[in-house]
Amino acid sequence: MPSAPVRVILPGMLRDLVGGVSEIEVESPADSQTVAQLLDRAFAEHRVLDGKVRDERGQIRRHVKVFVNGEDATRGDGVGTPVPAGARVHIINAVSGG
Amino acid sequence: MTETIVAIGTRKGLWIARSDDRSTWSLEGPHFLMSEVASVAIDTREGRSSLLAGVKSWHWGPTVQSSTDGGRTWTESAERALAFPADTDTALERVWQLTPDPNDADVVWAGVEPHALFKSTDRGEHYELVRGLWDHPHRPSWEPGFGGGAVHTIVPEPGHPESVLVAMSAGGVYRSSDGGETWVPSNPGIRAGFMPDNEYPEYGQCVHKVARGQGDGELFAQNHNGVYRSHDNGATWDSIADGLPTDFGFTVLAHPRRAGVVWVVPVADAGERIPPDAQLQVQRSEDAGATWRQQATGLPDHSYTCVLRDAAALDSADPVGVYLGTRNGDVFASADEGESFQRIATQLPDVLVVRAAQIA
Repeated sequence: MPSAPVRVILPGMLRDLVGGVSEIEVESPADSQTVAQLLDRAFAEHRVLDGKVRDERGQIRRHVKVFVNGEDATRGDGVGTPVPAGARVHIINAVSGG
Repeated sequence: MTETIVAIGTRKGLWIARSDDRSTWSLEGPHFLMSEVASVAIDTREGRSSLLAGVKSWHWGPTVQSSTDGGRTWTESAERALAFPADTDTALERVWQLTPDPNDADVVWAGVEPHALFKSTDRGEHYELVRGLWDHPHRPSWEPGFGGGAVHTIVPEPGHPESVLVAMSAGGVYRSSDGGETWVPSNPGIRAGFMPDNEYPEYGQCVHKVARGQGDGELFAQNHNGVYRSHDNGATWDSIADGLPTDFGFTVLAHPRRAGVVWVVPVADAGERIPPDAQLQVQRSEDAGATWRQQATGLPDHSYTCVLRDAAALDSADPVGVYLGTRNGDVFASADEGESFQRIATQLPDVLVVRAAQIA
């Protein structure tokens, strides 16, 4: 029986770059996946998003947050955070600046 | 018909001022609202009306944007067109400088934070790290200035494509005579008064900006305390600060046709960072810094703002236009080589970069 897909929900500021797409559904692999692997899959057809969310080292940008089922991955293991099947992953532009 | 454009990059976007006569100006923008624009190049080589801009979104990171219609419409460069290679384990923070090369109409140089130089050979569409500077043994010793650690100045030598000079805060001046393959520090004569012991180190000076003059081998430098001239393409430097109200400042401009004509925008002191006597002004020399005179007509007194290292520019018209942008969002323009200024923009965010040119 296939695992439930992961839903990646984009912030409004990024939706305009991908034709208004608000959510990307990613198949869950048989084994577990990390945030890095999830983003690789989610952005495969939306390359413009990758440079916005991650720097060239693959790290999530300083003022971007990735929440996995409501938990802030950037406070945990970052891009190494495990993403369970069926998870809801929110990408959020951090409330920062002045 | 020729149009003068002034590109104004600020902490929160880019504006473009336009004029047919340098007397009446229109202002359009913002482009990239809420993104910092720290670098702009106007590329008029081969008759182009192209612009490049280093744009940084605080959320979504730095990119290079380009325009081929004089700044009216913009396109983001290809994904990661300017990025550090994986083996450097480094991420681009900010594009501080974009410099079209006078010797090759396809080459654009980019100075970035952290301290690094990139080169494009396709008019700014893609960039490659200049390994010779990145691998320099001094690099771990280069310290960030107050604004960050970056290659903020790139000075190619017209007629000599193998000769390039860069400047950085706080690493000093470095020169390459082989197109960027190898680099040597080139700071003899430049004082680093903030150093505890040796005030004339081989490198580590806090140079703020370097401009190429029209004399043979003529360069001018504004440092963190110190104004200098070189007659030998940067091999050695002599102080030309005598006669100035202060030796501190961020920017220096050199006349595009007349040898020895140079402007600086003095700042009272490193600890104050306001105009001398609160009078916004430029200082002009026509003898390569031997003597100076103030130009301030049309510039405000009771001014407590500051002009940053790239927030001043010249155009190429005759007489030369002089442009200043301030940290409190004003932009001043002179159509008579600094003798008088008018305010062409106000109430903008703090101005980081100004570039001016005549385009078709």
